Amino acid sequence: MSNRVIKILVPAISIILGLLVGAVVMLFSGYDPVAGYIALWNGIFGDSYAIGETIRQISPYILAGLAVAFAFRTGLFNIGVEGQLMVGWFASAYVGAAFELPMYIHLPFALLAAALAGALWGLVPGILKATLRVHEVIVTIMMNYVALHVVNALIKTVSGGSYKTDKIQPTASLRSEFLSNLTDYSTLHFGIFVALAMVIVMWFILEKTKTGFELKSVGFNQNASHYSGMNVNKNIILSMVISGAFAGLGGAMEGLGTFGSMTNQGGFTGIGFDGIAVALLGANSPLGVIFGASLFGSLKYGANNMPNAASIPLEIVSIVIALIIFFVACGYIIRVALERLNKKKEAK
Amino acid sequence: MRQRPDQSGLCCEKSTEENDRLKGFYTKEPFIVFILIAKYKEKLLYEEVKPLEYVIEMLNITKQFGNFRANDNITLQLGKGEIHALLGENGAGKTTLMNVLFGLYQPEEGEIRVNGKKVNITSPNVANDLGIGMVHQHFMLVENLTVTENIILGNEPKKMGIVNSKAAAKKVAEISKTYGLNVDPYAKIEDISVGMQQRVEILKTLYRGANILIFDEPTASLTPQEIQELIGIMKKLITEGKSIILITHKLQEIMDVSDRVTVIRKGQGIGTVVTSETNPEELATLMVGRQVTFKTEKGPANPQEDVLSIENLVVVDYRGVEKVKGLNLSVRKGEIVGLAGIDGNGQSELIEAIAGLRKVKSGKITINSKDITSLKTRKITESGLGHIPQDRHKHGLVLDFSVGYNAALQEYYHPPYSKNGLMHYDVVSEKAKKIIEEYDVRTQGEHELARALSGGNQQKLIIGREVSRDPDLLIAALPTRGLDVGAIEFIHKRLIEQRDKGKAVFLISFELDEVMNVSDRIAVIHDGQIVDTVIPSETTEKELGLLMAGHSKEAKVGADRDV
Repeated sequence: MSNRVIKILVPAISIILGLLVGAVVMLFSGYDPVAGYIALWNGIFGDSYAIGETIRQISPYILAGLAVAFAFRTGLFNIGVEGQLMVGWFASAYVGAAFELPMYIHLPFALLAAALAGALWGLVPGILKATLRVHEVIVTIMMNYVALHVVNALIKTVSGGSYKTDKIQPTASLRSEFLSNLTDYSTLHFGIFVALAMVIVMWFILEKTKTGFELKSVGFNQNASHYSGMNVNKNIILSMVISGAFAGLGGAMEGLGTFGSMTNQGGFTGIGFDGIAVALLGANSPLGVIFGASLFGSLKYGANNMPNAASIPLEIVSIVIALIIFFVACGYIIRVALERLNKKKEAK
Repeated sequence: MRQRPDQSGLCCEKSTEENDRLKGFYTKEPFIVFILIAKYKEKLLYEEVKPLEYVIEMLNITKQFGNFRANDNITLQLGKGEIHALLGENGAGKTTLMNVLFGLYQPEEGEIRVNGKKVNITSPNVANDLGIGMVHQHFMLVENLTVTENIILGNEPKKMGIVNSKAAAKKVAEISKTYGLNVDPYAKIEDISVGMQQRVEILKTLYRGANILIFDEPTASLTPQEIQELIGIMKKLITEGKSIILITHKLQEIMDVSDRVTVIRKGQGIGTVVTSETNPEELATLMVGRQVTFKTEKGPANPQEDVLSIENLVVVDYRGVEKVKGLNLSVRKGEIVGLAGIDGNGQSELIEAIAGLRKVKSGKITINSKDITSLKTRKITESGLGHIPQDRHKHGLVLDFSVGYNAALQEYYHPPYSKNGLMHYDVVSEKAKKIIEEYDVRTQGEHELARALSGGNQQKLIIGREVSRDPDLLIAALPTRGLDVGAIEFIHKRLIEQRDKGKAVFLISFELDEVMNVSDRIAVIHDGQIVDTVIPSETTEKELGLLMAGHSKEAKVGADRDV
């Protein structure tokens, strides 16, 4: 077995193992795993509508994953993606509704507003970390709560006491009749292209630019970076700002694409937290994030079909999905096992 | 050279004696000789083939990483009750070989025998069971646990599920007494000295029943006095029936303690010699593969105007305590100034202040008459400073960056390495390749992580990066720490080369030999001040030692020398 074969085999085996253990759980709870998995499959790939919705679900996951991965690569742990995403969502929905501009200005403006809002939410922990050495994990977690309640208050304010912002102008919408028609009137929108573009942007910043060189250097070794004349504090702040901007754009996927408005949030969306897992599944690389987000997005959306088509309760579905993700995250163990097997074969 | 009277049974000595006797007979009486040969044949052969009782035999070991042969056909045989030195340059493959023995790596070829039996050491646990213990260079101790707790960690004696540390402490105390280790079983690791921490590591292996101890560069972090103590302990271990493999590149240590030496060079076994039949020069030649000069060759200095000048400098450490107390110093074009002093007398703070890594409290530093006091690090670098930092892992390198990225660490931000905010990694690679070649950095290529390089090669990479920028002032802080003779010679040559080009070189070292050999002037620092400046040819180690201890006026010989 060559390394390449192992690389492809590992995720495949992980998913199969997850499915098997998930099946056992369904069996023991008295449900038909075969019917369950057929329902899951149909929920993801069953028809063009399902495919459209799945892709739509993947877009914010990609951006949330990028946000976490970018911070990770530059030595920071951004748990505040959830909050950054929420303020981004609100900013995009507000700008989308409040202004009347031609589309080629309005849409970029609304996206930019989302990115800036997310960046601002990243700036605070960045500054605190750089100047006072306050750990970013603590600040970003707390900033999530601040975001949740500030956003809810703002929704009330801008909508004049309502629980929902106004519908965005069509000039700010990411929705596309073409994509929608293509996928049997799903809510698929142009957001996926924004997300994929950002994948390239992240790769470009890290691998091609001088800023990326500095960000990575500071992430690995602040002392040596200081020694070589880099501005360590500036780079810490910049890292959080860029990370926050990615998260903010993730919010715009919801604000300008899926929902076209923002409703009062009873709690966290969960996308930001799932972004941590997405980044880890993708080994913090831009391409890996696409893989992680695809897995998360499709399972999340496809699972909705399991209660309907196979009458498996939502709780069991959650367990099954969690198991699959668990096994993928354990890919390392499977790789070690495969390599052992390989060695034994060679020895014979 | 020291003889070892207590050492008997060494192969070559005995069999030569036997041969001489035989030769004598041979010339006199052929017939008797015939009988004698027949009689002695068995014994002779036996002596030739198995002169010592070997506890460890590593025969023709080859270990390969990808295309790189870290160990190529190396044989090492450790006799019972022997201190066997394993000598080689940084990156020659010493540690790899020992990791093979300790079960961390599996060799591609060759076999290992313990007490004559072929064994397959698949993990450190197997090695432990075979009685092989390793005293690592970097101690593996939990700081806030006691000595006993550290020793029993992972192997706790239990009484009804509760750790019985009392019994363990008693055993630890016993072993400590037997071998003269003088370790308090109840002391916390964080409270004891580095030398004692090392003895705890030794205790750990003994507690687990090791008969064969591997010491990986044990003296690297010890003071001279602690080194003497360690040598005593090693000898004590031998008299108690243990056998020792000593990994080192320090020739004097080998001459002092070892019985035999196995030399490896660039992954290949060069051979095994008996210590009493060799000398440091020969060992150095075997290790490096060419003649090595211990005394640095250099012409007279031709100093000109000041490059670095420091006036009334005061620097405080992180606690706010003054470490540099009104220091005055100058380094001129075309000279090497050595800073001699005992560690902790303000050297680190002084260098960091010059390099802009630490704020200056008061005073003035100029480079080429430009005031650089408390400027940003990069501004100072651009004023003509090259800085080989004291701690290569903390400041010198980004270990998780590739060799290439590290080679560009000081220059990445300007053309041709980057233009308009974009990196030109092809130029970076070119630069790295040049440094790798010119400074003989042994690496698998510019894409390898700096972390994977051995210490000496990491240092050569830093020196290559700093010297190749051709700075007006080169600060070299402990540039040869932990390096082998070949690398030290190389680095000294480079420093002198810079001097001869008309650059100023400021060398900081704790090694008196180095300061005496390389410098044109020696400034002695004590308690944050320069107590005196002396000329190497006009001083002695004794005088320097006294100055370093702060006895400036009393010990000073001759007229006043300006600072």
